[in-house]
Amino acid sequence: MTALTLENVSKSFGKVEVLKDIDLTVEDGEFIVFVGPSGCGKSTLLRVIAGLEEATSGEVSIDGEKVNGIPPARRGIAMVFQSYALYPHLTVQDNMALGLKQDGAPKARVAEQVAKAARMLDLEPYLKRRPAELSGGQRQRVAIGRAIVRDPKLFLFDEPLSNLDAALRMNTRVEIAALHRTLKASMIYVTHDQIEAMTLADRIVVLRDGRIEQVGAPMDLYNDPANRFVAGFLGAPSMNFFERLPGTRAGEVLGVRPEYLRPEQGGRLRGTVTHVERLGGDTNLLVASDAGEGFAVRLFGQDPTRVGDDVAFDFDDARALRFDALGRRMR
Amino acid sequence: MKRLTPALMHLALLTYTVVALFPVFVILINSFKARKAIFREPLALPDADSFSLVGYQTVAMQGDFLLYFQNSMIVTVASLTFILLFGAMAAFALSEYRFRGNTLMGLYLALGIMIPIRIGTVAILEMMVKTGLVNTLWALILVYTAQGLPLAVFILSEFMKGVSDDLKNAGRIDGLSEYAIFFRLVLPLVRPALATVAVFNMIPIWNDLWFPLILAPAEEVKTLTLGSQVFIGQFVTDWNAVLSALSMAILPVMVLYVVFSRQLIRGITSGAVK
Ligand SMILES: Nc1ncnc2c1ncn2[C@@H]1O[C@H](COP(=O)(O)OP(=O)(O)OP(=O)(O)O)[C@@H](O)[C@H]1O
Ligand SMILES: [Mg+2]
Repeated sequence: MTALTLENVSKSFGKVEVLKDIDLTVEDGEFIVFVGPSGCGKSTLLRVIAGLEEATSGEVSIDGEKVNGIPPARRGIAMVFQSYALYPHLTVQDNMALGLKQDGAPKARVAEQVAKAARMLDLEPYLKRRPAELSGGQRQRVAIGRAIVRDPKLFLFDEPLSNLDAALRMNTRVEIAALHRTLKASMIYVTHDQIEAMTLADRIVVLRDGRIEQVGAPMDLYNDPANRFVAGFLGAPSMNFFERLPGTRAGEVLGVRPEYLRPEQGGRLRGTVTHVERLGGDTNLLVASDAGEGFAVRLFGQDPTRVGDDVAFDFDDARALRFDALGRRMR
Repeated sequence: MKRLTPALMHLALLTYTVVALFPVFVILINSFKARKAIFREPLALPDADSFSLVGYQTVAMQGDFLLYFQNSMIVTVASLTFILLFGAMAAFALSEYRFRGNTLMGLYLALGIMIPIRIGTVAILEMMVKTGLVNTLWALILVYTAQGLPLAVFILSEFMKGVSDDLKNAGRIDGLSEYAIFFRLVLPLVRPALATVAVFNMIPIWNDLWFPLILAPAEEVKTLTLGSQVFIGQFVTDWNAVLSALSMAILPVMVLYVVFSRQLIRGITSGAVK
């Protein structure tokens, strides 16, 4: 069974077309991550799936059923928002219970579901508190709990972790991954964060300007991007692009990831180090090349190179990707 | 230095309080004095000699003050209820939904803030005569509601734009109807704005003389302000009675004000969304 199918989905606000001909199939139990630059339409697509916006054209099906025109509450979805969006005047318990109560579920089932979610998310001590009396991380867990309680066919997350600090983000990320394994539910997750995308996703959907650029497993996208945009979007520091290397034809662009560059006397890439980032486990160098094309290098471990040093690098041709003038991959 | 600032602030606030409350105080003390004492020593407290309840007795005997009170109360409370209810609903529609003519409608309503409703008094009177509403409380309630709505819509829609979209969407996903979202999520969050609108509208309605005089001068629908006018004559004014009537008129507004300002403070402290 497919959890979600989008067929030729488009969405315009007035004259502005925000989503253009989106086609996507999500299998049951899959974890899908939407990534893309700010304003590319990730949230809008999520809202169209949720039913908070109607698609201008195209068909949205959830669990095999066409849901165009069906209100959000009857689509069998649950959504977790970046701003948590908890009801400020209700206790944690009532926040989580509201959806089921509105559905007319019997009291016993509501209580049982809330208790289950609270146990899973360690929220039991806080059930009687109001959102204002919780920390950011606890609030986000309540928001996730509110989604779990409804037992949805499809979970939608819109940048759920971006208001949390780094340590908490890591913990919650692991929790969400565990949750996905336990519930075996289908999930769609929007994020800006590369690490979240790479670590959580079964498949990543890369969006740009309202179009899908590529869909695939994280490592497939990383190693075998379909175009220059996807290649440059995934990975940090991002892929280096060279147009003026010896041996490249006019209009052709060569892409090499920073970690595939290795120091080599007399290598093809020579220049002066302009910036060094020491991360402990890695060292990133920014180099202004003699050919006028800056590039980044990622060295494993700690490295003594300093700003102002003259350096030379080279790479395996097998590691380099070739793109044409329009950014399409040449194979 | 740090100690001094709060002290100075309190001093300033206290001074302001004294200045603001002084007229009220003068009215109150003089309402308990004999006529001669009012004029001889207006600032003196009533003592055994000058103490007199004659003003209150006149008020109690003259006309039906309890009824006037009740009329004023009904008109004020009903008008405020309608202003808040319809104002908030219109504001929600304007701020939440995209529809043709949304901006135009907002501007049209805002126009009402700039045009005083009294300009239309003659037309209003004609309308009330034709609909048979003259000399009913409804005439006043309708006019005051119309008078209060523009500013209410303007203020409330600004506040409602500030209510998180995510919160409303979470409600929609949980199956709340648009009415439930309005009444259960949005209204509690804009409570401070509601209280502000209520306070702004309450005093002018309570004190208004113009419309009661024109639209509802009959004995059984007189408001307190209009009722008190019998003591102000062209040649003699019964100051005891006027001051007593005013003193009593202050009370209910104060009660309402306390109610609303409590809401104001509670609204501010419980508004946290994030
Ligand atoms: N209600 C709306 N009316 C008009 N334009 C809108 C509306 N909602 C979104 N847009 C536009 O649609 C585009 C996509 O917005 P969207 O919120 O989906 O971006 P996003 O990919 O989620 O960005 P971010 O990563 O910053 O959250 C933006 O250009 C935005 O201005
Ligand atoms: Mg977004």
